Amino acid sequence: MSEFFAMGGYAGYIWPAYGISALVLIGLTLESIAAYRRASRDVASLEAGVPVYSKKADPADPAEANAAP
Amino acid sequence: MFKLNFELANPKRFMDLSAKLLPWIWVIAVGLLGTGLYMALFVAPPDYQQGETVRMMFIHVPAASMATMVYMFMAASSAVALIMKHPLADMAAKAAAPIGAGYTLLALITGSLWGKPMWGTWWVWDARLTSVLVLFFLYIGYMALWEAMEEPVKAAKAAAVLCLVGVVNIPVIKFSVEWWNTLHQPTSLAKMDGPAIHSSMLWPLAIMALAYGALFVALLLLRMRTEILKRRVRSLQLSRARAAVQAGAA
Repeated sequence: MSEFFAMGGYAGYIWPAYGISALVLIGLTLESIAAYRRASRDVASLEAGVPVYSKKADPADPAEANAAP
Repeated sequence: MFKLNFELANPKRFMDLSAKLLPWIWVIAVGLLGTGLYMALFVAPPDYQQGETVRMMFIHVPAASMATMVYMFMAASSAVALIMKHPLADMAAKAAAPIGAGYTLLALITGSLWGKPMWGTWWVWDARLTSVLVLFFLYIGYMALWEAMEEPVKAAKAAAVLCLVGVVNIPVIKFSVEWWNTLHQPTSLAKMDGPAIHSSMLWPLAIMALAYGALFVALLLLRMRTEILKRRVRSLQLSRARAAVQAGAA
């Protein structure tokens, strides 16, 4: 087992390469999922009439006046 | 009429189809990755010259070949976007860029970690390594251009032109190992007389390459779905702003 992790003396090169590959690909996947969730939430709240960006509250717009905290 | 049909029907059809396909593509990608990693680390024998460092090949070669293939996909999508004005083509190119940049970064890093024990250096400014670094900067420049421009239609056009200009780099990468003297070895796979690599190493490599390809497809579809939702957000905001202005004027 320790022989496996030693990688014939090249552990210091091989394991970082595998680790960084995993990190980049998992990171890319998580970022893509997060961006998708964010966008679906934005669509849902816009379709429900809630403004996505906090703009200056405009009393002329009833939807915005209601949504203001 | 033709154009109108595209714009109305296609993103909707894409959303339906990709929602059905995506779970399966994820299963395939994760399955291939698991199998490929197991074979790369436990089944494949050490190389008679390189010893255990040959295990670097199973993550370096797939990343490097995806780096150029994703760019060619982006270039093809950009060409379709410019010529046919297909709305999904812009989104496909834009969605592919961060994935291609990630694979290119991994090709550079794993190559560097492989180069140190085998060549005695982390980096050389030779044709292959430099042209791949240029590819990485092309991806970054492409993404920055999208971010820099507010209007999606203009950004798409500028980014597509940049992407197509950058295509000249692809044959330079491909043939750099034959045109110039370089530390990087020529390909052992895409040769006229068949791959010069034993099946005990070819199989793990092929499965890892397929896994990286499947992961690209999964991430591409997911990111394209996000792009479609973002454009929907944009158009909803525009129509709400317009309604607010009209209400104010009345």
